[in-house]
Amino acid sequence: MISVKNLKKSFGINEVLKDINCEIKRNEVVCVIGPSGSGKSTFLRCLNKLEEITGGHINIEEIEISDRKVNINRIRQNIGMVFQSFNLFPHLTVIDNITLAPIMLKKINKKQAEEIAYDLLKKVGLIEKVNVYPDKLSGGQKQRVAIARSLAMQPSIMLFDEPTSALDPEMVGEVLNVMKGLANEGMTMVVVTHEMGFAREVSNRVIFMENGYIVEEGEPSQIFTAPQNERTKRFLEKVL
Amino acid sequence: MNFWELFKVSLPALLEGAQMTVRIITVGIVVALIIGLVIGVINVGNNKVLKAFARVYIGLVRGTPLLVQVFFIYFGLPTVLDFRLSAVTAGTIAIAINASAYMAEIIRAGILSIDNGQMEASRSLGLSYFQSMRKVILPQAIKRMVPPLVNQSIISLKDTSILSAIGIIELTSSGQIIIASTFKAFEVWIMVGFIYLIVIEILTLATSWLERRWTV
Ligand SMILES: Nc1ncnc2c1ncn2[C@@H]1O[C@H](COP(=O)(O)OP(=O)(O)OP(=O)(O)O)[C@@H](O)[C@H]1O
Ligand SMILES: [Mg+2]
Repeated sequence: MISVKNLKKSFGINEVLKDINCEIKRNEVVCVIGPSGSGKSTFLRCLNKLEEITGGHINIEEIEISDRKVNINRIRQNIGMVFQSFNLFPHLTVIDNITLAPIMLKKINKKQAEEIAYDLLKKVGLIEKVNVYPDKLSGGQKQRVAIARSLAMQPSIMLFDEPTSALDPEMVGEVLNVMKGLANEGMTMVVVTHEMGFAREVSNRVIFMENGYIVEEGEPSQIFTAPQNERTKRFLEKVL
Repeated sequence: MNFWELFKVSLPALLEGAQMTVRIITVGIVVALIIGLVIGVINVGNNKVLKAFARVYIGLVRGTPLLVQVFFIYFGLPTVLDFRLSAVTAGTIAIAINASAYMAEIIRAGILSIDNGQMEASRSLGLSYFQSMRKVILPQAIKRMVPPLVNQSIISLKDTSILSAIGIIELTSSGQIIIASTFKAFEVWIMVGFIYLIVIEILTLATSWLERRWTV
């Protein structure tokens, strides 16, 4: 579903992604772990072209997204993204946050969009917050709305960039639960995270990145219990 | 003639002048906002050619006196181009162009004050750059732009007094005309100043009323 070949990304002279190769299959949940500055966020942001890549290929559902001719807005409709800092639209209520993109981009009317939004709000457990503005929500609630907002476009891939890192510890669980539910429904997910418990329990595959390379990847049971690479070992010793 | 008698005979002419001032500034501000929005959005965008044009536009307008701009448009342009503008049209264009450069900078700063994550979230949903601007960035930025835009409008309103130099009978020049026949400079300039004050006060009240309605 996602195929990355020889991906390179530089910011000026700073080469952040050096030679990334990986395949992500439909329904797979892949967690990306690694030390700060290793390029995890940059990798994720290349997948929906929030960053312009400097070399290599990214192929999503048979479409080469670095191709200048592709309509990136269309492709992004199919790829949801959840940010560490939520990025809800503060001038819109919860329901308007969720329906904005579907109303503008899909051929559906306001009422249909709102019905989809209600279902999603039920799913993330926030139906009572329909008409509330984001500044009245807790961090965990904001992130759950952000997830619902992405899902409203009915994407087939979801990208998460440290979705729980900005949350108070007691709110991490509620967001991870929503993500777990998504994974169980078969959503294809790429999750950058420091939540090793989530990676171990929910993901099908873990990718360990360091210094712009994928150093090691494998099933969580293997990565967490028997890492092959010395650097993976050292990293896991620190975080576990 | 005491102050009140003078006031009564001068008032109709002064109000007519004030009307001209208000007409010029109203059209001027509307046009300035449109140009300012276009130039401001260009300036936060990625198109290098358009951006260079925008920088030159702002540089030229801010780097030359308003009076020179007025003379250039009213006397200068017609000598090389085959058309003639009325004084009021030329004056309005000059005021609009002048204000637009400052407003473009206000609008640029307002847009840049919105966290980049907003644009990224909107783009990641599939909205285009301009859809994101219209639905996500500008609605948030406008609230921050209103106070400095009102400020610039007030400055431009007062700048219209320069237009007496090309024979437009706006508030300031109607004052001059009355003084020419009455020799009451002290009193008449007080009246003129007072009318400017009232117009600006109305403008300020109207916008703060609008602002309150918006932020509900
Ligand atoms: N827009 C940018 N401009 C310049 N340099 C950048 C930019 N974004 C990221 N970088 C650099 O790229 C490197 C990798 O950053 P990235 O955010 O991908 O790391 P990360 O693995 O997500 O780290 P963290 O765990 O702290 O989020 C860092 O050295 C960072 O300074
Ligand atoms: Mg990161």
